[in-house]
Amino acid sequence: MNLTELAEQNGLHRVGARPGLWSYLKQTWARRDFITTMAAYRMSVQNQQSRLGGVWLVLKPTLNALIYGLIFGVLQGSSLGPGYAAFVVIGVFLFEFFSSCFVQGAKAITGNRPLVQSLAFPRISLPLAVVVEQFYSLMLSMVVMFAILIMMGHFPNWKWLLMIPLVVLYTLFNTGVAMFTARLTVHFRDLTQILPFVSRLMFYTSGALFDVTRIFATYPWLVQLYDWHPVYQTLVIARSLLMSDAAYNPLFWVYLSAWAVFALVVGFAFFWVAEERYGRE
Amino acid sequence: MDGSDRRPVVVVDDVHVEYKVYASGKAVNPNAKGLRRATRGIRSVHALKGVSFVAYANESIGVIGSNGSGKSTLMRALVGLTPPSAGAVYATSRPNLLGVGAALLPDLSGERNIVLGGLALGFQKSEITALRDQIVEFAELAEFIDLPMRTYSSGMQARLKFAIAASQQHDILIVDEALAVGDKRFQARSEGRIRQIRDNAGTVFLVSHSMASIRDTCDRVLWLNKGELVMDGPTEDVVAAYLASR
Repeated sequence: MNLTELAEQNGLHRVGARPGLWSYLKQTWARRDFITTMAAYRMSVQNQQSRLGGVWLVLKPTLNALIYGLIFGVLQGSSLGPGYAAFVVIGVFLFEFFSSCFVQGAKAITGNRPLVQSLAFPRISLPLAVVVEQFYSLMLSMVVMFAILIMMGHFPNWKWLLMIPLVVLYTLFNTGVAMFTARLTVHFRDLTQILPFVSRLMFYTSGALFDVTRIFATYPWLVQLYDWHPVYQTLVIARSLLMSDAAYNPLFWVYLSAWAVFALVVGFAFFWVAEERYGRE
Repeated sequence: MDGSDRRPVVVVDDVHVEYKVYASGKAVNPNAKGLRRATRGIRSVHALKGVSFVAYANESIGVIGSNGSGKSTLMRALVGLTPPSAGAVYATSRPNLLGVGAALLPDLSGERNIVLGGLALGFQKSEITALRDQIVEFAELAEFIDLPMRTYSSGMQARLKFAIAASQQHDILIVDEALAVGDKRFQARSEGRIRQIRDNAGTVFLVSHSMASIRDTCDRVLWLNKGELVMDGPTEDVVAAYLASR
């Protein structure tokens, strides 16, 4: 009798085998406290060594907004129109959520090597913890963002409530992105260095700072391509809701929902398939 | 192996482990000459070269061998943390590993490491509140529990990690050098804790360089050398052969 048969006869399971989908989801759900606690602890530890501590969580987005508002709203304000500061603030704050899920998600596994190698738990908890952490800081920046918008004369109205489904879709999309990059860097460590540049490139090309329809007015096909850009769609919808700006294509909601589901399913499957590999290198 | 009526708990079937490591700078290849001696890039390390054995319930198994012989790699393969590149490990339940490499988040306080470690092990939040005092008391770190774990001495770190891991009831328990890290007093206490866990658990693996603790705790010993299983048998025989080989 060989060893494999011996193992089978006695009902032994292969150690480290990827668990079935249902059991994996159940195990992950059982770790929900781990995910949220990890996110909260990581957030509080970020500023532990600075004197102002947690104040930085609010101060950083505020300073960001001030800089962009100053450069684009005041210095170039006359050429870009009066609503431009608010346009930039919404773009910068919301884009930050995407870029930090993209970049920090990539470090979720590679940056927690000792944890992955010593304890047994569904590894997907780590990219999920990153998304939850970034979601918490998005909530803080959005408080700052709303305050700035009100100061600029954009007062809350019922349309602001639509930000809730928008943020939900955007979060689902970013969760997929984080799970995807979390596995990518396990295979290609160099991506940890490259992804921040990709993220910065996207910052300038996703309409966070510039109005895409105006810049690329001479290339209508390019503008049409942007209709399929999930981050761009999110920014366009958010600006329209918050600034009572020009109307947007309502189909953007459909496209964005499709993107969110697609990213989530692909990101999850891509991550789950390699569950056995994490911690090996 | 006399597998008559004993119940197999762990089956290790021709396990190979090959690591790919990014060599930083120059790796010396003794077979190459001239400029080719300095090679850069990825090196692969063949840490386990086809290890097979069967562990049964109610066995305590010592694992010995010189540094770099593949002991820890074998233990991590048993837990599933190092997937074998060939062969397979089968077990009744996922084995648990009391290792020295259980550092969680070095920037977090000892207390938060307890909470996160416990949650990752699958405890509920309410259970951890109850376990916390027990863990702190066992690790004897009440004074320092609010300090970041990176400020701990290696002995203190090991004590805390051991206390967290040992808070769980184990079916298959692997102790990888965890006894060697503490001071004498902690060693005695952790040995007591391990015996306590072993009394309830089926199988214990103990990796150690201390032949005294191997002799005290194990009835069977695996001797590894350069990734190969040299000898597998009763403690006295294997330890004697191992000591004679040095």
